[in-house]
Amino acid sequence: MKAIVSLICGLLFGFGLTVASMTNPDKVLGFLNIFGAWDPSLAFVMIGAILVTSPIIYLQKHKVKPWFADNFSLPTLKEIDKNLVSGAVLFGIGWGLIGLCPGPAIASLALTNVNSIIFVVSMISAFVIIQVVKKN
Amino acid sequence: MTIINFTPLEAFVGGLIIGLSVVLFYVANGRIAGISGIINNSIFSKINRLDNILFVIGLILGPILYKLIVNPNINFNISSSVPLLILAGIFVGAGTKIGSGCTSGHGICGISRLSKRSFVATFLFMISAVVTVLIARLI
Repeated sequence: MKAIVSLICGLLFGFGLTVASMTNPDKVLGFLNIFGAWDPSLAFVMIGAILVTSPIIYLQKHKVKPWFADNFSLPTLKEIDKNLVSGAVLFGIGWGLIGLCPGPAIASLALTNVNSIIFVVSMISAFVIIQVVKKN
Repeated sequence: MTIINFTPLEAFVGGLIIGLSVVLFYVANGRIAGISGIINNSIFSKINRLDNILFVIGLILGPILYKLIVNPNINFNISSSVPLLILAGIFVGAGTKIGSGCTSGHGICGISRLSKRSFVATFLFMISAVVTVLIARLI
């Protein structure tokens, strides 16, 4: 069941991104261009998503057990540290350069566009390099 | 300020569907639908590997489903050069791995969970992205 749910969740996520046009990098750059010709649409993605996800706070408080897993696997880090700050800033620069973040980047592979493939390969290379550096 | 290409309804409906995915993943599998984390774990972690790989496959099938049932044309416009594309990919990969999350994990899931770390991360990457766009426009 867990596997089927994962596939469905991925599918919904990718479908939702496409409906919202978040898979289009220039659309995302239009949203980030607050001080120029601004396209505020993507703020509505956030509003729509958080509206639906808000019951999570309730579930979290009441420790309801997940349907198909023994327990919740939630992030354990609680403190604001140097990694969080530097990582978020670095990610923002990359996002602002092209308009692609990890979800839309992976989803856009479906469009078999060479630019999207170059971006995803670069992104995953960075994952691998940092994983190796962290281990040593 | 000028407003252009405004499509609030599509964005809102897309957001509702993304939210549905996040809630389902949380309630059913007990997990956070953070895409950078799922990609990383599908490569580096044996725990839930099948689930993570299937999520990524689903993510790629999403636009294909859209093509089949909604509209065969999906816009994908990039106006930047290949070196910039590579640099951006490296920054996004490194940044989300060091900062433990991206737009989905921090921006949607983390904020829904009222995580202090995610509020800070989302604020920072939004500011950093807006400033980057501003600088790129001025150069």
